[in-house]
Amino acid sequence: MKAKTLFDKIWDSHVVSSIPDGPDVLYIDKHLIHEVTSPQAFAGLKQRNLPVFRPEKIVATADHNVPTENQHLPIQDELSRLQVQTLIDNCNIHNIELYGLNHPYNGIVHVIGPELGLTQPGMTIVCGDSHTSTHGAFGNIAFGIGTSEVEMVMASECVLQAKPNKMRITIEGNLAKAVSSKDIILYIISKISASGGTGYFIEFAGSAITNLSMESRMTVCNMSIEMGARGGLIAPDETTFEYLKGKEFSPDNKSWNLSLVKWKQLQTDKNALFDKEWIFNAEDIGPMITYGTNPGMGMSIVGNIPQLNSIPKESRDSFQKSLDYMGFEPGSKVIGKKVDYVFVGSCTNGRIEDLRAFSKLVKGRKKADWITAWIVPGSKKVEEQAKKEGLESILNAAGFELRQPGCSACLAMNDDKIPEGKYSVSTSNRNFEGRQGPGARTLLVSPLTAAAAAVTGRITNPGDLI
Amino acid sequence: MPIEKFKILESNCVPLQVENVDTDQIIPARFLKATTREGFGDNLFRDWSFDENGNRKEDFVLNNPKFSGKILVAGRNFGSGSSREHAAWAIYDYGFRVVVSSFFADIFKNNALNNGLLPVQVSKEFLTTIFLQLNENPKTRLKVDLQSQEISLLSNGQKEKFQISHYKKECLLNGYDDIDFLVNLKDEITEFENKDSK
Repeated sequence: MKAKTLFDKIWDSHVVSSIPDGPDVLYIDKHLIHEVTSPQAFAGLKQRNLPVFRPEKIVATADHNVPTENQHLPIQDELSRLQVQTLIDNCNIHNIELYGLNHPYNGIVHVIGPELGLTQPGMTIVCGDSHTSTHGAFGNIAFGIGTSEVEMVMASECVLQAKPNKMRITIEGNLAKAVSSKDIILYIISKISASGGTGYFIEFAGSAITNLSMESRMTVCNMSIEMGARGGLIAPDETTFEYLKGKEFSPDNKSWNLSLVKWKQLQTDKNALFDKEWIFNAEDIGPMITYGTNPGMGMSIVGNIPQLNSIPKESRDSFQKSLDYMGFEPGSKVIGKKVDYVFVGSCTNGRIEDLRAFSKLVKGRKKADWITAWIVPGSKKVEEQAKKEGLESILNAAGFELRQPGCSACLAMNDDKIPEGKYSVSTSNRNFEGRQGPGARTLLVSPLTAAAAAVTGRITNPGDLI
Repeated sequence: MPIEKFKILESNCVPLQVENVDTDQIIPARFLKATTREGFGDNLFRDWSFDENGNRKEDFVLNNPKFSGKILVAGRNFGSGSSREHAAWAIYDYGFRVVVSSFFADIFKNNALNNGLLPVQVSKEFLTTIFLQLNENPKTRLKVDLQSQEISLLSNGQKEKFQISHYKKECLLNGYDDIDFLVNLKDEITEFENKDSK
């Protein structure tokens, strides 16, 4: 039999049929929805007079557009309130499980899926959100779709999708002190660019990946889309199984062993071929930071921004435009630069390990006076856990507050907006112009580097503080 | 919803000579609170097009009276970032029917095609030529012929073939959308489910 990649195995087993010179009809096992990209899909079904085909395969949450304080009160912003209410109404009409505001399972869609055990190896998972790639950390095919495709999946439990090419990124070796999985992925994107993965689905492999915890693996897969890839996955192993054991929606005792037998087969065959391969050394990776307006514009935190003449001629105008927006000069350093805001949260770094890393560094220190910090847990469960294990007390003692869960300042749909011209050191995933508010200047970092900036008020190498 | 049929388009063009135009630029997140598909065109490229007081910025190409038309020509890696289909809706709602670039992000490309907005990927060289011609003569016209999969500069006849899957081409030429297709497959899908659960 022909050697297959893990991606091939999962994809091929979900193809209902193939259209000649067209896409495959791909069966979807789990459909996650939220308030922003679903209303028009429900409206489309209504207009066609179609039911939701398999409502039991859908799970909904409100996350993008919710406030991160006073969640017990009605949402102040009228449009946001209406959008969240529309989700509630649609879920009621179509009998869809909703973990709305104040539900103990509420949170960012890509945080709750894994922590509830909804996300499992071997599945196909979609959501109207590009960071659906996060779920690939469990060895499944998970990717973001548009609203027309959300409607397709609601109507038929399938999506029409051309099979992407396959890429493998292998990282071998041990990570240095103060280096985390966020630094790994920012490093990879800086090497292969914000479009280097376009047209591909990525498998991450190598000892530096398999040594990571599940939460750290999620951070890596989460940002696959930031190099243009539809998704990224990691073969499941003991770490995966250990994480899933006992979760709310994981297979129960009776079916657990049967699931394990299936999951253990989810590996890339030894001689399987990829369309493209990259190999990196973990030892080459230090704490990373972005300096521009796409996630590919990243460097070592102690490095220099590239000189203009090192950029291809046709890209120089765009590069210069990006630096002008950020207020940086080609060739300069960012280390030591004063910053204004620190944001910890998002589907990239809003999990309990991220809050632990941040808390550990700020413990016994104080927030710099001029810093405004927003520490936003990724879910109710993360929030609860942070309180239970004393992280909130550590944060409070250091001058920080824990907010309530949501996407928050990652995309600034709610009130958590960074003002124009201000520098935001952020653990989120996108440094696009205006992403965190009109005119906001975003520097993407790990939770540890965010902590170092929060207590010094400047861009600081976290390795100097621990 | 059936999409608008697309066969041939001849039009003036609007050049947006910027690389890595992400969907947050096309339509910022704060405008995604609507629950319908209409009206996003008003906020297309909002923060490049308007200042903080809502006044149009004259130096932005959409506000330059020299340029108009149904074809947007943009730098490489157009539509990266968020999967928000609102980006495709905004471009379509504004009046564009074709986006030309030398490279498109995957999700944007699907979203565009699902809404009757045709992404035309050309070579780096041809894109440079189009930008040059538009700089010299803002009234430069492009012709996009979906049936023959050809894009040409009407001024000098220079042309290039572009790629599109046979399936999507038929959808656009005839105004079909994917949901009709999938709903007709329900028996096959149910059969697949039954087989899979065994």
